[in-house]
Amino acid sequence: MSEFLTLTVIMATIASGIRLATPYLIAALGETVGQRSGVLNLGVDGVMQLSAFFAYWTVLETQNLILGVLAALAVGLIMGLIYAVVTVSFHATQGISGIGIFLFGLGFSDLMFQRQVGTPRPIKQLQEYGIPFLSDIPQVGPALFEHNLLTYAAFLMVPIVAWVMRSTTFGMNVRAVGENPQAADSLGVSVARTRYAAILIGNTMAAIAGAALVLQLGIFQPNLTQGLGFIAIALVYFGAWRPVGVMGGALLYGLVNATVLQWKAQGIIPRSASDIAAMAPAVLTIIALVVLAGRVRPPSALTRPFTRH
Amino acid sequence: MRKLVAGAIPLLAALVAFLIGALMLVAIGASPWEGLKALVDGAFGDTNALAVTAVKATPLLLVGAGITIAFRASVINIGGEGQIVAGALLSTMVALLVPDLPAILLVPLVLIAGLIGGGIAGAIPGALKAYASVNEILSTIMLNLVMVQLMNYLLRGPLIDPLEVEAGTRIPQTERLSDNAALPTLIEGTRLHLGVVIALLAAVAAYVLLWRTPLGFRLRAVGHSPEAAKAAGIKVKQSTTAALAISGSLGGLAGAILVFGSEGQRMVTDGSSAGFTGSAGFNGIVAALFGGLHPLWTIPSSFLFGGLLTGATNLQRVLQVPAALAVALNGIVVVFVVSSGRVRERLEQFTSKRAELNAALKDGDS
Repeated sequence: MSEFLTLTVIMATIASGIRLATPYLIAALGETVGQRSGVLNLGVDGVMQLSAFFAYWTVLETQNLILGVLAALAVGLIMGLIYAVVTVSFHATQGISGIGIFLFGLGFSDLMFQRQVGTPRPIKQLQEYGIPFLSDIPQVGPALFEHNLLTYAAFLMVPIVAWVMRSTTFGMNVRAVGENPQAADSLGVSVARTRYAAILIGNTMAAIAGAALVLQLGIFQPNLTQGLGFIAIALVYFGAWRPVGVMGGALLYGLVNATVLQWKAQGIIPRSASDIAAMAPAVLTIIALVVLAGRVRPPSALTRPFTRH
Repeated sequence: MRKLVAGAIPLLAALVAFLIGALMLVAIGASPWEGLKALVDGAFGDTNALAVTAVKATPLLLVGAGITIAFRASVINIGGEGQIVAGALLSTMVALLVPDLPAILLVPLVLIAGLIGGGIAGAIPGALKAYASVNEILSTIMLNLVMVQLMNYLLRGPLIDPLEVEAGTRIPQTERLSDNAALPTLIEGTRLHLGVVIALLAAVAAYVLLWRTPLGFRLRAVGHSPEAAKAAGIKVKQSTTAALAISGSLGGLAGAILVFGSEGQRMVTDGSSAGFTGSAGFNGIVAALFGGLHPLWTIPSSFLFGGLLTGATNLQRVLQVPAALAVALNGIVVVFVVSSGRVRERLEQFTSKRAELNAALKDGDS
């Protein structure tokens, strides 16, 4: 036990917690934008698996990380467009069509992996860059200021998304169509166009989250996410549809996961008990949902297709 | 005529989905025509194939029948995976506890244990929705994640086969469970077992429950209009909880059947829920949707998707096309079916009712 409490180990755990939080944070921020526009996307996990595979495959073939991220982006745009057509234009029930996207992503990434790659081969991982001066601070520096570019981008995205949602015309339109699409429509805001944009943003961010996951791991296997995308959706509720709250939830998840891994590595908890510990995030989420249920209100038009009367 | 056209929409949607499947085959360099042949042959080619298809359809039908009950009461149950695992775990524990009971007692007992296990896993999100206004989509998904870890914990720890510990291999699986609990085979030489009949009966029972019993009337009333149901003195919260509990119990029954109808006669985990359930908790949703959310129509629909799963295995054998194709196709079918007319309209009504239900549940709080 004492070994866990040394400063070095604690800092290493924090560093790995921040790294693990990255895919959760990016996906959950994207889902936040979508939900604020009134669209629930349960397909996040599927999009993540697809984009993770295509990012992996691209890097495997080209050794180029940037191309990998671009491949993921393309996947996100395509899946986003499909989901927007299905839910906005066809008014399909969001809870169910998202599960369809999830199944497609799960199956198709598995299919492509087995067909095109076969056995998992490691690829180049994302490199870590220290922020000058800050990363030189003893102990704290490496933990907080020595990460890969996607991790920096994820945390940078928190204030950006918050600002866009609060202060830009686009953000106000998103919130308006999520709260009261009829009123927004009567004021000349195109509900469909706004929701298309929000869905595209959400799916692209889910795709980048998938790329971040696979490029941090440096390897792909079928069902890589193990439900990560679903937890990202829960984080949106957890964070009460606010970017900063979502970041808090993602960090909590990352740190809980990192701690469990650390304990397991050091043999502080037996392997079997680590399965119990692995329940913690989902149990925490359920508890959070119960506590928050009466206090925060989802966007009024969430899951409701819009028809002009 | 209009009704005929409306009824054909899911079929058309499926046709388009399969066309996309054919394109996927072309894209990975396999002949779609041979693919279709291998698929159909593998699924319905001979008695054995039909038996395997029926066995594969069983969990889909049970989960699907449960989904229709939940849907009729305006509840979306995405917790099939967790409910299957819960039922499987509880029934496994019962078989480990009293392995020497005669088959005539033990078989019903493990099935009931499955019902109860799944029922509990369904009742929790049901009660959370009714009494704490927790969105059931999220809580059922979270319970899926919890149940996987519980399964991994139990099969690696307390329930692990003592032989695995002795040999040091530690494969996370139980010992071979009592043969007295095994579901009897119906046709010698095939895999067809009693579970298939139980699933068929369960689908009929779901139909009877929904349209021929007072409880079913209450569930549908709540699903139809929670406000009106409440005004008529129906306890909306209890009904919501009951709907998810019943739905979950059918998933749990599927879990018990997966264990005691399996060749290995034991529970094994590869660390994921899909490894044990074959994603039946999700595929059952597909079957129910395709069956127009009607328990009886879910029967042929489940057999169709069971056939897809069996056929995909053959596809892998014959053309080396990974069986994951079936999962991807299921996803496409869902997207097309929910986008298409008839189901869409019904679901739309359902969504507005749902908003009403949430409002009614909230009123009850104050």
